[in-house]
Amino acid sequence: MIYAICFYLFATITVFSAIMVISSRNPVHSVLYLILAFFNSAGLFVLLGAEFIAMILVIVYVGAVAVLFMFVVMMLDIDYSELRKGFQKYLPIGGLIGLILLAELLLVGFGWGLSGPVTTDPATAIPALNEMSNTEAIGSLLYTKYAFLFQMAGLILLVAMIGAIVLTHRARPGVKKQNINDQVMRRRGDAYDIVKVKPGQGLG
Amino acid sequence: MTETLLPDLAPAYGEIFMAIGAMALLMFGVFRGNKSTELVSLLTAAVMIVTLIITVTWNDTAVYTFENMFVVDRFTSFMKILVLVASALAVFMSMQYFKDEKEERFEYPILVLLATLGMMVMVSANDLMSLYMGLELQSLSLYVLASIRRDSELATEAGLKYFVLGALSSGILLFGSSLIYGFVGSTNFTVIGQTLSQASHGPDIGVIIGMVLVLAGLAFKISAVPFHMWTPDVYQGAPTPVTAFFAVAPKVAALALLVRVLYVPFGEMSESWTQVIVFMSLASMVLGSVAAVVQTNIKRLMAYSSIGHIGFALVGIAAGSQDGLRGLVIYMAIYLVMNVGTFACILAMRRKDGMVEDISDLAGLAQTRPAMAAALGIFMLSLAGIPPLAGFWGKWYVFKAVIATAVADPMATNYGLIMLAVIGVMASVVGAYYYLNIIKVMFFNEPEGEFILQKSRKLKAIMGVSAALMLLFLLPQINAPVLEYARMAAAALIS
Repeated sequence: MIYAICFYLFATITVFSAIMVISSRNPVHSVLYLILAFFNSAGLFVLLGAEFIAMILVIVYVGAVAVLFMFVVMMLDIDYSELRKGFQKYLPIGGLIGLILLAELLLVGFGWGLSGPVTTDPATAIPALNEMSNTEAIGSLLYTKYAFLFQMAGLILLVAMIGAIVLTHRARPGVKKQNINDQVMRRRGDAYDIVKVKPGQGLG
Repeated sequence: MTETLLPDLAPAYGEIFMAIGAMALLMFGVFRGNKSTELVSLLTAAVMIVTLIITVTWNDTAVYTFENMFVVDRFTSFMKILVLVASALAVFMSMQYFKDEKEERFEYPILVLLATLGMMVMVSANDLMSLYMGLELQSLSLYVLASIRRDSELATEAGLKYFVLGALSSGILLFGSSLIYGFVGSTNFTVIGQTLSQASHGPDIGVIIGMVLVLAGLAFKISAVPFHMWTPDVYQGAPTPVTAFFAVAPKVAALALLVRVLYVPFGEMSESWTQVIVFMSLASMVLGSVAAVVQTNIKRLMAYSSIGHIGFALVGIAAGSQDGLRGLVIYMAIYLVMNVGTFACILAMRRKDGMVEDISDLAGLAQTRPAMAAALGIFMLSLAGIPPLAGFWGKWYVFKAVIATAVADPMATNYGLIMLAVIGVMASVVGAYYYLNIIKVMFFNEPEGEFILQKSRKLKAIMGVSAALMLLFLLPQINAPVLEYARMAAAALIS
């Protein structure tokens, strides 16, 4: 009962926010609806028992991708009414692509339904949920069997980071940075001089 | 209960040492800044030399580790030695260049080190996934290296072109891998090989398509025709020491990977891939020779030359025998020395107002810098394959092997392979024109300007030693160990 209520709640909000993503006038609202859609899809994944994907969806899509979208939308000065102008003109081709996608989805769905039970390869068997959670199952493979590949992926990401810094970082001259060491090491003599001024002569 | 979760790390000690070394040097460089570039370069070379020693001392039969994703045998050892020597020499050669150009960046040697690590993993890959990981680690580092002089328009163009085409080739390779996994049910080379050999009927069409796509992805990396388009632009645009690095180490690693992919998982399908290899080999030899004739830039010329040489090396694979593989291994060893020497000469082409890289700039070199002219002359003759220089013997072993295969079949002589050898020799004659042209320019044209005296002793030593090796390859003291190790390396894959 609660399961069904949760499912319909998440599903309705997902569909509703997905529609709002493409129909709202303000692009910032679109991105916010997109985030709402992501959160509700994550809820659907939890209902499916795929809690790892749900977490990844929130962390990666909401935490990184949507925030990046937000940055782009707010930083770039794009005239959205200008972009919308061709809507009527591109409707036929867009509709055609949509229809093809729909037909393909239906084909996949019916084909799957007709093909009968899938035989699972024992090498890729998924452990039962009451024995081991998804996260644990993925982790126990990733850190044992695929530890080598995991480490290699880490090195590739390190190279990507070095590469981004090498290709874009520039040392700008004239930037004033706080150097705490210099501040602490500063002595009274560095800051001011005591000058004895003779009366009537000034500092020349 | 002595079972442990830790895999056997011993076969990968070299790679682990390199990874830790790269990270330690990165920290060192970050704290010391670009003024530590020279020290970081020297330490990088030291890490490579230590890894070389670790690799040389590993002298065992095939050992698999990391769930059979990683293999070490005599073939991988030999190829890793070549890769490490080429990379260490590239680091040595780059030091003076970046100092002269005032573009010293401590990340450069570290990226070379990480690229070399990727190549080591490529050479040792025994699984489609470790293949891809090694390839990407190598390629990603190379893309950055190509445009490390980010203020130069040519270098940026080279980096971008290399990146876009490299990403495309990776995509093709991944698509092929997914097809192979889908149709065979495993990504492991050994398991794929066993499954295909046990199949009652021939391999599925999906496996063949997958294999051809993987082959195409790898052909990009070795720049074999028809996947060579990026090579001239990248070679010309990248800074010269980077080109010197590109020309040797990645080629050796990708070729080693190609050989393993062809012989271990797809050994049963040799009929399918021999056609592809024969075509790529023919087309590379012909294009490498013909297109180079009109080049005026020496780096571009070396790019076409390397395409041609890859064609000659592929002849060894087309032979499909242990002798052919031995020929390929010998060819790569000789190619390494020739290319490193030639690029040492190109790096010494510096006038008062900067680097020059046109062939016409070499005019009269014999009068102004006779020693360098003599060395470059030897390299050119060797690249052309004139006996008794080493380059000739490289071609000799691959062509001998392919002719032996062609006539070995008692039923019918394989005229396709004989044609391959004949056209190969003809292409080598055409290629001799542009190599000899450089010699003519150096020795018979009037000098127009003088190169400044090369300060770097390392560069002079590399030039001298590789020229001497080219000349003296005929001596049994020099060629016997190479031939013996090459035989053992080839025997590790084909018995």
